[in-house]
Amino acid sequence: MKTKLRPVIGLEVHIEQNTKTKMFCGCPAIHYAVPANTHTCPVCLGLPGALPKANKLAVENILKLGLALGCKINLYSKFDRKHYFYPDLPKGYQITQYEAPFCSAGRWEAPDSPSVNITRIHLEEDTGKLIHKTVGGQKLSLVDFNRSGVPLIELVTGPDFETSEQVTAFLKEIRKIVRHLGISTADMDKGSMRLEANVSVSTTKKLPDYKVELKNINSFKFLAKAVDSEIARQTKLIHEGKRIAQETRGFDEAAGGTLSQRTKEEAKDYRYFPEPDLPPIRLSQEYVTGLKTNLPKSPSETIHELASWGVSWQAATIIVKDRARLNYLYDVRSIDNSVDLKSIANLIVNKNVDKKYKDPNDLLASIVKSAGNLSLEAKQMTKFINEVLIENPKAAEDFRLGKTNVVGFLLGKFMQKSAGRGDPKEVSKRFFDRLK
Amino acid sequence: MAKLTKSDVLHVAKLSKLDLTSPEVEKFQSQLSEVLNYMDELNTLDTDRVLPTSQSTGLENVFRGDDHTNDCLARDIATTNASRSDSSYFVTKGVLKK
Ligand SMILES: [Zn+2]
Repeated sequence: MKTKLRPVIGLEVHIEQNTKTKMFCGCPAIHYAVPANTHTCPVCLGLPGALPKANKLAVENILKLGLALGCKINLYSKFDRKHYFYPDLPKGYQITQYEAPFCSAGRWEAPDSPSVNITRIHLEEDTGKLIHKTVGGQKLSLVDFNRSGVPLIELVTGPDFETSEQVTAFLKEIRKIVRHLGISTADMDKGSMRLEANVSVSTTKKLPDYKVELKNINSFKFLAKAVDSEIARQTKLIHEGKRIAQETRGFDEAAGGTLSQRTKEEAKDYRYFPEPDLPPIRLSQEYVTGLKTNLPKSPSETIHELASWGVSWQAATIIVKDRARLNYLYDVRSIDNSVDLKSIANLIVNKNVDKKYKDPNDLLASIVKSAGNLSLEAKQMTKFINEVLIENPKAAEDFRLGKTNVVGFLLGKFMQKSAGRGDPKEVSKRFFDRLK
Repeated sequence: MAKLTKSDVLHVAKLSKLDLTSPEVEKFQSQLSEVLNYMDELNTLDTDRVLPTSQSTGLENVFRGDDHTNDCLARDIATTNASRSDSSYFVTKGVLKK
């Protein structure tokens, strides 16, 4: 009897928060393009006697993500130590959450995908960054601790995906939500969103007794390719009647497939225990409810809202991904809710007007101005001015007698002809120049 | 009787990044076993009505605001105790074998 093979995929996503300070100390959390080892202190260098203190905002941020993904918020949680030796981990342990993560048992639903269980979302500290180098024939690892202690969210899903398309759709949604909540830039190329997939292929209804971890993949595209080629590789092995080894593999673009990564020899033995330096955290139900009430609208809710204001679906989808742009559009609307938001959204997307005019007021002023100029050619303007002057000889006479405010009257006549087009300032100036 | 096997001791040594000689393995096998024997003695106490805890202060919810950053260590100060460093980095033996 031939059994139907079924891919089983689960995800681990690491999301680096964009807080101002690190998770357990006041060092700046920014580390991208910062001179190495300039954002450190005794806490994040793991010096003896230094004591951690938790960043309140980082805790709030993870709760928001958990609420946005329908998780159960654990009102009592704590931090734990996860022990291992590696040069990027100065204390010899990482502060993370083991038994009592902030968020668990969430669920993500999408129209064209099976629903995904969010097993847990926990908070931890990022490690330092290693650079591997050979100097004078000697293999060295250089350590930069600027990233050490940056607040990191780890999200773990159930083994609920069967295709790379489902994986990508879910991850894109997570990125959208995270950016929308304003808790991370989620830039994959800067490492602020990191992806891992556990892939196996089941020959029965049950979960297989092994999994292959795909690690160190830094784009959605590569992850999809890695997942697809890994499913193909495992399927082939199953057809050949071979056993699939539990291992970690990386994606190799040149090889067009996954390659085994030599991992540390020792079995995982992290010897977790409660972090004695950080008191536990007890949240009140009112606080959590308050957070939930003030949660920003979900990306899809926001897209619908923008669309109801006339913004094209396409522009809305792009703007929603960027909180600064979205806020800009909201600001424009709050200044003038009669403005043509569709055009403004298009200008933001296509012409980056939000970067050109930092203040939305300036953008609105320039649009009022340029709308006229653009729609009225210089030639047309000259023609209307000529006509107005010929048709109103008395006005020209008055101007020569010193009644310069007659220009306003002429401008009115001009606007009648141009149907309101033309920059009033410029037209007035042209009348002045012609009459004086 | 020793509670720990030699391979237990070697495993713990590996996790602690210690290279032990075989006399040392034997020494620690008995010493660490004694520690566990003492734990057995503690385990005879009745703790049914004692709640487990990992904290002794009774504190909860100790937080720091995210509004301002602290001054950081100057780089030469930060690396001063490192056994090896260059002008920018802490330097260690290469962790990649390849
Ligand atoms: Zn620090």
